[in-house]
Amino acid sequence: MEKRDFTITAETGIHARPATILVQAASKFASDVTLSYEGKSVNLKSIMGVMSLGVGQNAKVTITASGDDEKDALDAVAETMKKEGLTD
Amino acid sequence: MSLLLNGLAASSGIAIAPAYLLVGSELPVQKQHISDKNHEVARLHDSFALSRQELHAIRDQAHRRLGQRAATVVDTQLAMLDDPVLFDSIEQHIVSEQITAEWAVQKVADHYMAIFERLNDNDYLQARGMAMRDLAKRLLSHLLGVKLPNPKQLDHRAIIVANNITPTDTAQFDRRYVAGLVTDTGGRTSHFTIMSKTLYLPVVVGTKKATAAIKDGDLLVVDGIHGKVVVNPSEGELEKYRLLAGRFAREQEAWGALRNQETISQDGRHFEVAANVGTLADIQDAQNNGAEGIVLLRTEFLYMNQTKLPGEDQQFSAYKQFVAAMNQHRVVTRTLDVGGDKRLEMVPLPHEANPYLGFRAIRIGLAKPEILRPQLRAMLRASVYGRLAIMFPMVATIEEFRQARQILDEEKASLEKSGVPVADNIEVGMMLEIPSVAMMADLFAQDVDFFSIGSNDLIQYLFAADRGNARVAYLYQELHPAVLRTVKRVIDAAHAEGKWVGMCGEMAGNPLATPLLMGMGLDEFSMNSGQILHIRSLIKQMNTRQLQPLVHRSLNAQTASAVTAMVKKFLKENNLE
Repeated sequence: MEKRDFTITAETGIHARPATILVQAASKFASDVTLSYEGKSVNLKSIMGVMSLGVGQNAKVTITASGDDEKDALDAVAETMKKEGLTD
Repeated sequence: MSLLLNGLAASSGIAIAPAYLLVGSELPVQKQHISDKNHEVARLHDSFALSRQELHAIRDQAHRRLGQRAATVVDTQLAMLDDPVLFDSIEQHIVSEQITAEWAVQKVADHYMAIFERLNDNDYLQARGMAMRDLAKRLLSHLLGVKLPNPKQLDHRAIIVANNITPTDTAQFDRRYVAGLVTDTGGRTSHFTIMSKTLYLPVVVGTKKATAAIKDGDLLVVDGIHGKVVVNPSEGELEKYRLLAGRFAREQEAWGALRNQETISQDGRHFEVAANVGTLADIQDAQNNGAEGIVLLRTEFLYMNQTKLPGEDQQFSAYKQFVAAMNQHRVVTRTLDVGGDKRLEMVPLPHEANPYLGFRAIRIGLAKPEILRPQLRAMLRASVYGRLAIMFPMVATIEEFRQARQILDEEKASLEKSGVPVADNIEVGMMLEIPSVAMMADLFAQDVDFFSIGSNDLIQYLFAADRGNARVAYLYQELHPAVLRTVKRVIDAAHAEGKWVGMCGEMAGNPLATPLLMGMGLDEFSMNSGQILHIRSLIKQMNTRQLQPLVHRSLNAQTASAVTAMVKKFLKENNLE
C-alpha cells in the first residue's frame, strides 16, 4: 500500500471542479484509492464521496492507494493536485 | 404600461433587448408508493442513460464554444452519473421504501444538498449543491417526460430571464446572443455574475419576481448600474436609457484610463479612493477598478451561513489573502458588525424592541470576548503580510474604544510572547456612526488613529429615522446641512490631532456629495468598487480651494434640497456632470 499526506493550500479547497478532476485521475487506475480527512475516508473514485468530505483550505489529508498500480496511481493523483493548484 | 423591477446590480452596464424566458415547467414529484420495484429501477436506469447522453452533447458543445473550463462544470455532473454511490443510493430508496424513482431521486438529492450546505468549508460559489440540483432536475425531467428549457435554442440577441442560472445553462449559451441577465434569486457572487463581469454583460439579480412578471419576448431594459429592470418601457424611457447606455460606454472608456492613477486634485492634494468589500471575490473587482486600498473590509461573510464560529486560522487565512492582494495599500478590517438587521445563527440574540438601538456590533464583541478575541488575533497575524488596519464598529463612548483597544493590546502581547510575528504600528481606529461620538470627536481623536464615518447609520441616528421604513425614509437626507456640519466637525477635530478621516457609507460614493466632502477635507473615500473611477474622475477635475464658497454656503443652508440645488448648479457650471 502506498500512502502520502498532503496539505491543501488552495483558497477554495477541493470544491466541485478539482474534485471532478481528481476523480477522473484516480479512475484511470485499477488500485483502490482513498482520501482521508478528519477521521473519515472516502473512495477517491467516487465524486459523491469526495464532495461530501468538504475539504477546505489548510486541510491535512491522506491519500492511500493499494493494488498493482498503486505507486503510479498515487503519483498521478499527487501531480493532478499540484497542477490544479490544490497543493504547493 | 411599463413595469419597474428592483434587484441587486451585479454586473454594470445597460442592455435593451427582448426577454428570453428560461423557465421550465414545474417538476411535480408525486410522492407515491409502488409495487413493481423492478419497473422503477428500470426507469431509473433509463433516466441515467438519457441524462448521460444529453450531458455528453452539452459537454462537447461547451468545450468547443467556451473551452475546457466550462466543460469541466458539465464533467462534474457526468462524474456524478457515473458514480455507483449515487445510483445505488437512489435504487436503495426505491427498493427498501417501495417508492417511485422520482421520489427517490428527490430524496437523495435533498440529502446531498443538505450535506453540502452543512460543510463548513466555504464551498466555492456553492458549486456542489448547484451541480446536484441541476442533475436532479435533469433526471426528473426524463422520469416525468417533460422537456427542460433549452438555452441552446437561443438564436437572437436577448436578455435571459430565469429563476436562477445553473452552470449547465451558462455552458450552453451562445454568448453572441446574450445581451444581459435577470434572475429572481442569486447574489452578487453567483458564478454567472462573475462570468458576466468579465464579458461586460449587465446583470440584475434578486428581483424576486422577474420570471412571474416578465413574458417571453417582452422588451426589457436591464440597468446593471442601478439594479433596475424596466419591462416594456415607454418611448420616453427607452430614449432615456439609450442616452444612459451611450454615456455609460463613453464614461467607461474615459474612466478606464484612470484605473492606475492616483486621485490627485487640481491643487495637488491626494485623496484616497478605496473599496468596500465583503467577500474574497470582491478583491478582483476592487483591483479592476483601481482601488487605492480597502477601507472597509466587512468580515461578516466569514460568519454567514455557518453553524459554528469561524476559527482563528480560517479567519487568518482569509484576512491574509485580502492584505496580500492589495500589496502595500491599506486594508481596514472591521470587527464583526452584527445585530440590528443582521442576525447570525451561531450567535443567538434575544428579540429586541429596537434592534438598531440595541445589542449589536462592538457591544456584542465586548460582552462576548470569545467572538472578539480570536478575530483580533487573526487580524494581528495577517498584519505582517501587508498594511492592515483595524477598526471597531458602533463605538459610543471613549471607555468602549479603550476597552476594545485593551483587548487588542492583550492579544498582540500574547501572540508576540509565543513568537508569532505581528506588524508594528498597526493603525487602530473606529467607525463614527453615533452622534455622541461626533459631539466628542475632539477627545476621541486623541485616542484613535483614524475615524471612518459610517454615513448610513450616522444619518439614521441623526434624524431618528429608519431609511428602510418607507414612511420615514424621506428623512434620510445625505446632503442635509445637519449631516454636513457633523462631518465637518469630525474632520476638523481629527485633523487638529493629526489623524485622518475616511467615509465608508453610501454618501462616499454619491457624486453630489463629492465636492462637499472634498472641500471639507475628507481624506479617504471608500465605496463599492463600481463607483471608484467615477469619483476619482470628479476629484481629479476639482480644486479644493475653489470649493470653499460652495462648502460655506451649504453648511449655512436651511435644507437638503437647497444644498442639492447648489451642488448641481456648481457641477453644471464646471462641466462636471
